[in-house]
Amino acid sequence: MLAFLRQKKVRDIFWQAIVLAGVIALVAFFVVNASRNMRDAGIASGFDFLFRTAGIEVPFVLTNYTAQSDNLALLWVGIVNTLLITLVSAAAATLLGFAIGVARLSRNWLLARLAGAYVEAIRNIPLLFFVLFWYFGVIAALPGPRQSIGIFGVAFLNNRGLTIPLPNELVPFGKAALLILAAIAIQIVFAVWARRRRDRTGQDAPVWMVGALLVIALPVVALTLATLSTAWDVPALRGFNYRGGFVLVPEFVALFAALTTYTAAFIAEIVRGGILAVPKGQREAAAAVGLRPSQILRLVVIPQALRVMIPPMTSQYLNVLKNSSFGAAIAYPELVSVFMGSALNNTGQAIEIIAITLGIYLAIGLCVSALMNWYNARMALVTR
Amino acid sequence: MSYARIIREKLFATPLDTVITLVIAFLLWRAFVPVIEWMLLDANFAGASRADCTAPGACWVFVKARFGQFMYGLYPPSERWRVDLAGLILVASVALLCLKALPFRRAFAVVAFLVLPPLGIWLLGGGLGLPFVETREWGGLMLTIFISLYAGLIAIPLGILLALGRQSKLPVIRMVSVIFIEFWRGVPIVTVIFLASILLPLIMPAGVGVDRLARAVIGLGLVIAAYMAEAVRGGLQAVPEGQHEAATALGLGYWRATGLIVLPQAIRIALPAMTNEFIALVKNTTLVLIVSILDLLGIAQAALADPNWVGMNKEAYAFAGVIYWLGCFGLSRVGLMLERGRGAGER
Repeated sequence: MLAFLRQKKVRDIFWQAIVLAGVIALVAFFVVNASRNMRDAGIASGFDFLFRTAGIEVPFVLTNYTAQSDNLALLWVGIVNTLLITLVSAAAATLLGFAIGVARLSRNWLLARLAGAYVEAIRNIPLLFFVLFWYFGVIAALPGPRQSIGIFGVAFLNNRGLTIPLPNELVPFGKAALLILAAIAIQIVFAVWARRRRDRTGQDAPVWMVGALLVIALPVVALTLATLSTAWDVPALRGFNYRGGFVLVPEFVALFAALTTYTAAFIAEIVRGGILAVPKGQREAAAAVGLRPSQILRLVVIPQALRVMIPPMTSQYLNVLKNSSFGAAIAYPELVSVFMGSALNNTGQAIEIIAITLGIYLAIGLCVSALMNWYNARMALVTR
Repeated sequence: MSYARIIREKLFATPLDTVITLVIAFLLWRAFVPVIEWMLLDANFAGASRADCTAPGACWVFVKARFGQFMYGLYPPSERWRVDLAGLILVASVALLCLKALPFRRAFAVVAFLVLPPLGIWLLGGGLGLPFVETREWGGLMLTIFISLYAGLIAIPLGILLALGRQSKLPVIRMVSVIFIEFWRGVPIVTVIFLASILLPLIMPAGVGVDRLARAVIGLGLVIAAYMAEAVRGGLQAVPEGQHEAATALGLGYWRATGLIVLPQAIRIALPAMTNEFIALVKNTTLVLIVSILDLLGIAQAALADPNWVGMNKEAYAFAGVIYWLGCFGLSRVGLMLERGRGAGER
């Protein structure tokens, strides 16, 4: 009997059964308690509440939501606002982070030290501190509308937020977007063709030159034409406030500033690490086989640096998504704030609302991970 | 090399470098002079009320008047010695443990680990002869440290177990660990704090109340455990398979092979990453503000609403920011020291 218990297989099954039983018992315990507590409190479970009127005013809405819409529409407002702040902040943080990361490697001592000080200062302070600081310390301290800070005379920053101009027609921008997508497609096809030809014949094609034309110059021209071809609703001071344009609420501006400056410090470290990870010998070898400096950069250094940078960059982008929920602290109407906050308070459907909210974050996170894993697999070193 | 040459090469190597250096120097000058003036030269240090702040600079009188709150929150002043005593015991124990020559060091560590956490709760919370102080009244820096330590106390052991579970060869245990880790890592910590404060009372039997602060600590502890697990896993993966095999060949079972051979090596490798996770935990304690628990940042934020001290935003944020920075920067240095002390470099 005891010898039987000492067999490895039996013990393995025994321990797994114990863990499984423990987990199931714990979950069952929670579920039983929750259903009893909810019955006692008179809360009916179910998802009907999604189609009831929300009755919540949201100060920053990009959809056609009104206070009379249902809770499902409110959820959608939260998702859109979360994605908006995430995309805008992630893009800005990438640009700023690259600049700071490269600056930290500069030969110029002062510039490198300044970038280093920025990174060390930002990384050792909580994000919530920055969110509150930008909201209560900076935006709230800005002058009123009549003394707004003008940005090129078309956008105006004051303590009621940032007012930006809006185009009257969107059609030219749609055309420009189509043109840009077509240009990107052509560039991809051209790049693939050029690489195949290079692998086959060794002949190099001016991929980057053509790319610069198609993916940078053409979009600039297209967007400029689109901008000029429509009239713009430029905000103008009328009485005590700005009329026209689109108002980005102070909460948005503060959260954007905090997320961007905070994430940039982390991205800067990733960029620096990625560039440093390429051994010096790689550049020297590339120079020895006669590549030009520009070729060394794009054929040898950048591909290897990117390979190191992709996984940590993925987790930074996911962090931006998760950190956008810090908006709840200053009532920026993102997913947590409008749904887990307002809607939960109104309906009392705690379990359903929490499950939906967490499910959405997990789903978006999984999508981003999958996308980045696919890209990573393409970029990864092929070992033999 | 002469100094002149070093300066020329580091700052003025090319015309572009010269321009960059001069522009940055100018901007730094423009930024730093007003800050120094505000912080020190034109600042007010003496006095007791807002009326004493006559100079144009910072009103540090505000911080002085509120210092007790920034440190202890609303903890009754007559009982604050208990917080000091708890802190003193903690610092003394850690200092003793740092002494390599301490007799019975290992036994002392085990006793400290088992005795100190309940002792801390008793000292702060009261009972058994001490007057009760409700967690509602705790706050300030003391609360930030309390949450960090107790959430860390949940996160580190649980994280190590989860990392072992994720590396386990038993499919059920691996799956349970993976699901736990990926779930908590996939959701924002803000939602976890919300979730803990709303859901914990709901899933407990009726009549079992979970303290508001305890909910936040448990929530934070669970999330950080998932992050900690990934840090430990990095260390576990870096230990060669042969170590475990050799231990097994010597006749050690799973727990002894893991505890005596694999884990010590894995933790040593994972220590920098674990320190980073702990710093992240300290920074994330600020999120308890969302369920109206007033830690250092929360109490600074709350102080802004005091009608006697209107317009002290800059002072409050500057003070809180500097404390957080010192704490986290100090922790990162401690992490570096630990790393060196455990001989990570001489493997």
